[in-house]
Amino acid sequence: MVKEVERAGIPVVHIATVVPISLTIGANRIVPAIGIPYPLGDPNLPEEKSKQIRRELVERALKALQTPVDEQTVFE
Amino acid sequence: MAKYKIVHYINNFFAGAGGEEAAGMKPELHEGAMGPGLALKAAFGDDYEIVATVVCGDNYFGEKTDAAKAELLEMIKKYDPQLFIAGPAFNAGRYGVACGTMCKAVEAELGIPVLTGMYEENPGVDMFKKDLIIVKTKNSAAGMKDAVPHIKTIGEKMVKGEEILGPSIEGYIERGIRVNYFHEKRGSERGVDLLVKKCRGEAVETEYPMPKFDRVPPNPPVADMSKVKVAMITSGGIVPQGNPDHIESSSATKYGVYSIEGMDRMDKKDFMTIHGGYDRAFVTENPNLVVPLDVMRDLEREGVIGELANYFITTTGTGTSTGNAKGFGEDFVKKLKEDGVGAVVLTST
Repeated sequence: MVKEVERAGIPVVHIATVVPISLTIGANRIVPAIGIPYPLGDPNLPEEKSKQIRRELVERALKALQTPVDEQTVFE
Repeated sequence: MAKYKIVHYINNFFAGAGGEEAAGMKPELHEGAMGPGLALKAAFGDDYEIVATVVCGDNYFGEKTDAAKAELLEMIKKYDPQLFIAGPAFNAGRYGVACGTMCKAVEAELGIPVLTGMYEENPGVDMFKKDLIIVKTKNSAAGMKDAVPHIKTIGEKMVKGEEILGPSIEGYIERGIRVNYFHEKRGSERGVDLLVKKCRGEAVETEYPMPKFDRVPPNPPVADMSKVKVAMITSGGIVPQGNPDHIESSSATKYGVYSIEGMDRMDKKDFMTIHGGYDRAFVTENPNLVVPLDVMRDLEREGVIGELANYFITTTGTGTSTGNAKGFGEDFVKKLKEDGVGAVVLTST
């Protein structure tokens, strides 16, 4: 799905827990997520902290979308 | 004992009728073997007989496929054969498609085993490899000699109902089928063996080759995020409560587009997860962990992003074939483009 969005000419970022899969399928802008059952946030923390983590991940994803890349790039 | 009867399909060129100038020829019937059929006849020996050869021009077949198919089937049916062989087509594209089409038609209509052969880059391979046994050949008729023994062995096994072994053993093109069998060594032992070989730098052959993935070059970055409409997509299986479109919890065959208009966050009263590949407890409590609507709304309000699309697109990633996922993508990008979406955040668990 990531690739079809990319192919359509729309910049796309993949926030994915299992980065090797994302690399294998061919996403170009990748942001590693937190955990498989909670990619964006950490429910073991209070919601305020968890949301803060989510916000940081999304901000990193937006930064990735605004960064020129010429090969697959993982934004750690 | 009566001989097993084979009907053989070839094109204008292999029938000696001519090349492109004869590609428009209509179906013809010839008694006995001819052209490449002579080599097959010799290989199959006395227990088999090529009772007829049916011929059709590649262009005629391509342009009037239904008519050609029907005429050829009538011709083949009369002989009541036990085996149908088409080609081999080597790297001839139209011929390969004709061979594949005829094999499928004969199998469906007559219920007999069918067999063809092609070079791996023949477009007929991608079209038919999942449905047919296609003997792997070289890219030209010079490969006939190598192909014949495989056609013979597989053909005989088909007629007698014997087990056809894996593609690398029998010399046909992989169909993507996995067959269960008992190996003398258990999986853990074989796994360790492979690892040790790899550590030693020896050649290793995987038991399960990964599918090949194509690559798409990255798009230029978004120039000004504050002017762009962003859409959220997920493979994390978030759907409205009750899963109205019955998206599967694994091996999905469909995706959904659901409204988030007027919502400030993904409320657990409205949304649930049906994903069968992770522990759903956390996301059930808080779907924003997969579809970050709460944060996106904040960013929209703050003007960091221009606008958030008023829907999200979703499916289940686990077990879903890359073919299906690609199909979903090809389909929903039309909507994204129509709606003027300029950037996508796609989340996966």
